[in-house]
Amino acid sequence: MTPEQIEIQLVACAVAAACAMPGVFLILRKMAMMSDAISHAILPGIVLAFFAVGELHSPWLIAGAAVAGLATVVLVESISSTRLVKEDAAIGLVFPVLFSVGVLLIAKFAGDIHLDTDAVLTGELAFAPFDRLTIGGVDFGPKSLVTMLTIGFVNAVFIATFYKELKLATFDAGMAASLGFAPVVLHYVLMALVSITAVGAFDAVGSILVVAFMIGPPACGYLLTDRLSTMMLISVGFGLLSAISGYWVAHALDASIAGCMASAVGVLFLVTVAVAPGRGLLSVVRRQSRQRWAFAEKMLAIHLKQHEGLPEEARENRAAHLQEHLRWEAEFARSVVRRAVEDGFVEDDAGFLHLTKAGRVLASETVVDA
Amino acid sequence: MLELLFTDYTIRTVALGAAILGCVSGALGTFAVLREQSLLGDAVSHAALPGIVLAYMLTSSKASIVLMLGAGVFGALATGLVLSVTSQTRIKFDTALGIALSVFFGFGLVLLTFMQKRPDANQAGLETFLFGQAAALVSSDVITMAVIGLCAMIVTAFFWKEFKIASFDPDFGKTLGLRMNFVQGVLMVLFVLAIVIGLEAVGVVLMSALLIGPAAAARQWTDRLSLMFVLAAIIGAASGVTGALISSTGSALPTGPIIVLCAGVFVAISLLFAPRRGLTWRWLREWRNGHRLRMEAVLLDLYALASQHERPDYPHEAAVLDLMAHPITGSARSLTALEDRGLVARVGETQWSLTQAGVARVDAIVADRFEGGAMHGGKSVAIRHDT
Repeated sequence: MTPEQIEIQLVACAVAAACAMPGVFLILRKMAMMSDAISHAILPGIVLAFFAVGELHSPWLIAGAAVAGLATVVLVESISSTRLVKEDAAIGLVFPVLFSVGVLLIAKFAGDIHLDTDAVLTGELAFAPFDRLTIGGVDFGPKSLVTMLTIGFVNAVFIATFYKELKLATFDAGMAASLGFAPVVLHYVLMALVSITAVGAFDAVGSILVVAFMIGPPACGYLLTDRLSTMMLISVGFGLLSAISGYWVAHALDASIAGCMASAVGVLFLVTVAVAPGRGLLSVVRRQSRQRWAFAEKMLAIHLKQHEGLPEEARENRAAHLQEHLRWEAEFARSVVRRAVEDGFVEDDAGFLHLTKAGRVLASETVVDA
Repeated sequence: MLELLFTDYTIRTVALGAAILGCVSGALGTFAVLREQSLLGDAVSHAALPGIVLAYMLTSSKASIVLMLGAGVFGALATGLVLSVTSQTRIKFDTALGIALSVFFGFGLVLLTFMQKRPDANQAGLETFLFGQAAALVSSDVITMAVIGLCAMIVTAFFWKEFKIASFDPDFGKTLGLRMNFVQGVLMVLFVLAIVIGLEAVGVVLMSALLIGPAAAARQWTDRLSLMFVLAAIIGAASGVTGALISSTGSALPTGPIIVLCAGVFVAISLLFAPRRGLTWRWLREWRNGHRLRMEAVLLDLYALASQHERPDYPHEAAVLDLMAHPITGSARSLTALEDRGLVARVGETQWSLTQAGVARVDAIVADRFEGGAMHGGKSVAIRHDT
């Protein structure tokens, strides 16, 4: 690995970790799309700040972007609080308008400078190592690495300090308010963090990867655990994993780094959705099938017990009769009987079914006798 | 500018294209907004990118029908994934949208880098899909858009009743025996079509605003679905034409952002000035109600004071009424307004008394507010009986 390669991966890891932390709260608060809105809407803030200071690498650009990010949040909330449009529509209206303003400002007044709108979306991670921070001749590494480590540190400190408050405000805002935790203030601080993180990151990786890192890894964490702290750790871990694996895939294919990282997030998410224990698609399908058979066996047991010892028993409690009485397909009925025999609930006496002791227990457990 | 619409062939083509896409996306956006799936459009339009690139890589054709097909397949794929992940796991809708949007778009970027490396690379036209360039529309594009749009409208007309139920109460539809999953599937396909025909002119990033904006604006003017649908189509078409004209006459500004800003202006106007629902009406109503309530309060105060004396028109100092009134607004304005209505009369310099009409009005107010209510026989009414 060359030093550049290591530095690119470090930058990507810093971005992934910094994004995952506020991302956890975004998805828990059902505000995931806010990351998309903010990461687009910061554009006019950057452009206006650029017009004000006239240089592309001024920290004022970050300040301008953060203000634009907060303005997005405030605008969305003030529009949706009129209840004339729903919150999702408000988000979908505000950020394209702000983004449009940004694009038009660039097209109109800054066509000749390097403020490429494509770069806003896609970023160029490969250039990160060449823009270095040197203070007094000492090289502190790539600028974006320093920025993202700082932002990640701020995020971590904020979340660690207000962990309890954030947790309560996220899961029960009403209770947080009644205990005096000011959920609204926390909400805006959190949104400010999202804005700053998006701003710091988009320069290096583009707004699309910001969205991917903010939502993807926390969504995986959400499928894997019920504990907030574990979810946070998983999110950061998955973020780092997708950053590094995405980088090497991009390296192997000689393709867009940001694109490969976002795709890696997608692959990780799909795998998690498929195999997450208890909540993944596989376990859902397996559970549903298990429950289907268990329910059918119970139905069979109840049916047999209903007619047990009565004159019609000989007619009702035959395997061939189930089709008619329980409206089961012949194939299904045979499978249920086979399973019930295997499980020891029923004995099959040449087509005549009778309950075992366990079968009788199963039936009476399920229905309370009248 | 307007005469160019009729004389300049290019501008006429562009304006027509923008009108069609605004019309179709505005109309179909109605259902998305009502079903609280506004942001699905954003995810679908981003997810279309890999489809566009892949279609171009496979066919080396930049004909809009080919690219639209690719966009449509990937848009539908993303929609299907979002809906199935949200229904089968505990992942929320917004989370699924965010992931679909960023992952598909990221994958599109990967494909783009592959394409740029090909020797026959001529992807210049493809970049317009990011931000849109209506000026690039030619008449074959417009015809494609018109045909797709017309098909979408015919299907909508055919499924109108089902779409209506799907928008307001899908469970009710299910109990009626309608196949709601199928209906919602059709709706999704139309939605993807609306996005796909807009991508070339408006671009991936801003397409969602063209779905939401007209519908959100139209919603403010009416409570009827059919009217909202038509209004959204008109507003969408108007935004499209205005944006396309501004962008293609000289200024060379990208079309998408201008169309979005036009739609934004329509939304702002609607939110502010739509009758009954609009904010101006709301403020006016609140101000009127406040004024009326303050007036009634002063009238009742005056009555309460007078009822401690032998006659109901016993005059009282304005300063006393001020003390009893709302601390900020005071009583002066309410008193003048009451005087205009002949309910109170000025006595000397600083005193006020109830007129006969004023007493009658107090009786009416008390009857209206407290009749049969908990306050009957309570303090306010008791005063009257005592005197």
